[in-house]
Amino acid sequence: MSELAGKSVSSSATQRSGFQRWLNRNGWRKIVAGIPYFWLLLFFLAPFFIVMVIAVSEAAYSIPPFKIPFSWEALQANIATNFGYLINDSLYYTGYLNSLKIAAISTVFCLLLGYPMAYGIARSSGATRNILLLLVILPFWTSFLLRIYAWIGLLGTNGTINNVLLAIGIIDEPLQMMNTDFAVYIGIVYSYLPFMILPLYANLERLDNTLTEAAMDLGSTPARTFLDVTLPLSVPGIVAGSMLVFIPATGEYVIPVLLGTGSSPMIGRVLFDEFFLNTDWPVASAVAIVLLLLLVVPIMMFNHYQARAEGVE
Amino acid sequence: MTADDSFIRIENVTKKFGEFVAVDNVSLDISKGELFALLGGSGCGKTTLLRMLAGFETPTSGRIIIDGQDMGDVQPFNRPVNMMFQSYALFPHMNVEKNIGYGLKHEAMSDGERKQRVSELLDLVQLGQFAARKPHQLSGGQRQRVALARALAKSPKVLLLDEPLGALDKKLREQTQFELINIQEELGVTFIVVTHDQEEAMTLASRIAIMDRGVIKQVGTPTDVYEFPTSRFTADFIGSINLFDGTVTSVKAGKARINAAKAGCTFEAPVSPGIKSGDAVGVAVRPEKISISRSRPKSTTVNAVQGEVLDLGYFGKDSLYRVKLESGELIRVNRVNDQRVEEADRQVDWDDKVWLTWDANSAIVLPEEP
Ligand SMILES: Nc1ncnc2c1ncn2[C@@H]1O[C@H](COP(=O)(O)OP(=O)(O)OP(=O)(O)O)[C@@H](O)[C@H]1O
Ligand SMILES: [Mg+2]
Repeated sequence: MSELAGKSVSSSATQRSGFQRWLNRNGWRKIVAGIPYFWLLLFFLAPFFIVMVIAVSEAAYSIPPFKIPFSWEALQANIATNFGYLINDSLYYTGYLNSLKIAAISTVFCLLLGYPMAYGIARSSGATRNILLLLVILPFWTSFLLRIYAWIGLLGTNGTINNVLLAIGIIDEPLQMMNTDFAVYIGIVYSYLPFMILPLYANLERLDNTLTEAAMDLGSTPARTFLDVTLPLSVPGIVAGSMLVFIPATGEYVIPVLLGTGSSPMIGRVLFDEFFLNTDWPVASAVAIVLLLLLVVPIMMFNHYQARAEGVE
Repeated sequence: MTADDSFIRIENVTKKFGEFVAVDNVSLDISKGELFALLGGSGCGKTTLLRMLAGFETPTSGRIIIDGQDMGDVQPFNRPVNMMFQSYALFPHMNVEKNIGYGLKHEAMSDGERKQRVSELLDLVQLGQFAARKPHQLSGGQRQRVALARALAKSPKVLLLDEPLGALDKKLREQTQFELINIQEELGVTFIVVTHDQEEAMTLASRIAIMDRGVIKQVGTPTDVYEFPTSRFTADFIGSINLFDGTVTSVKAGKARINAAKAGCTFEAPVSPGIKSGDAVGVAVRPEKISISRSRPKSTTVNAVQGEVLDLGYFGKDSLYRVKLESGELIRVNRVNDQRVEEADRQVDWDDKVWLTWDANSAIVLPEEP
């Protein structure tokens, strides 16, 4: 008995020291590196799997409103129906195209506005820089929804902008700004600008000042120095900022619904209607999956590019 | 030197960062084709002075004139000056070839000429086989050579080199030093080289300016600053020296007698006219100017002192002795080993009582600084 007990104690002791050794050797690194994977598994892959299952199900009047297929034939038929809509009904592909177009144009405007701002912040000194950064982040302290509502007040037919323009006599009758693509662009550029500025700032701030000095020393004007040195070295910041704007802007729902037109909805609106108005979960899931694929491809290209750039630099 | 043949004039230039004075009322005249060295300890303002010449810092007061033109309103990209940065400042996204050729990119020359020039420079710094590499794939010394080649590329009238050879090994360093001297002689480029290596300054430069805390202490040829230092700082900074506090007891015919209590002897040395009896001065002798012997010299009180050999360092071509005086002070003596002797037959050995003597002309009198 005592012999046995002694044995089990010693074996657990060796086990513990083995675990300890594993931790010391590379266990911690593995655990730390594993956390993001675990996170992804839990909050991305699992929901994605559920959406996949729904996307290959059949719509039904039940709770939940779909039937999971149990035969190969049913599965094929469901896929054909659900994804068939996306190809055959122009509502969907115009929705995608519209979203991609609006997101792309908004990204370009964010870049055009955000680059000089990020550059200015990175070049400013100590206290000023902190204040400017604070100003960039400040809007986040107010609810996103409120800020979009505020734009309705500004852009409306009887809104502030029209009233001011009428008062100073630039226009004779109010401009139609609300419920146009213009308003959607304003809303998206306004909301996502900080996501462009911050990564660009982080990149430009690290840029070694002596590099631009060296270029000027070798005869380059400030403009040429910018094109030859600053711009190429800020490409990683540009790419990161553009991704941070483009990806969420593509799936944007609130801004186009509140500020945009009903006639050419973005895909987020289509998705919402499919879920909540049509209660067609399978088609809605199919829409979501295709959207994800549309966005995953550029992200993977971006990752590939970054990995290569890091390997070379 | 007259004002006319000075190519670079620095007139009463001061640079302040806030309250801190980095460069303090510096005036220098540098003539065309000169290889001028700025020598001084870390943080004494060498880089700041160069940056003002290149146009990256504006003097708080004073003027800089290059080739007859006041640089006050001239932008860095319009100055006839190229600089090699202390941190190299190589463009990380360009390979070696592109880095070196960058200054030529917007120059009016054919692609062929440009290629030719870049390959010449690559040969000069022996980096031909690394032409396609990016800076991060090079060693520290290789980067330094790329930076040097890039600064040379445009054959500017003035080259500012901030510690150009610090990261090179001894052989490559000497080679590059001679290369620099060649370039300077062939092309007539005016060089200003910053270094804190005094030996390098001595080999390279036709004149040296010694800086301390933003102030130029002395300007002169290598011989001037070594043999005739005008301040304690210079004497101490260049080479090694034995320095004592003393009081002038008499001055006669350009020679003074100085009583140095710590040394326990009287120095006789030539002095400049300003010095008079009763002045507190520093007196100094370089280690290699002192003779060491066991036999008693003629005079045992003037320019002679007795001590005991505390340490003996044998370095092959010369030996270094540290001799302890009666006062407890140490004197360093450096002797060339011009005879081949067995260790046992050494004239002077550990713990020997010895006499140290020196020539009156070898002693340096340094006036007390205001
Ligand atoms: N932009 C600046 N702001 C404030 N102080 C500065 C600035 N640039 C330089 N200094 C200060 O001015 C002094 C001189 O600096 P400088 O870089 O000219 O020294 P240096 O002689 O080149 O030294 P080293 O041999 O270490 O390169 C230093 O004390 C430094 O801290
Ligand atoms: Mg420096």
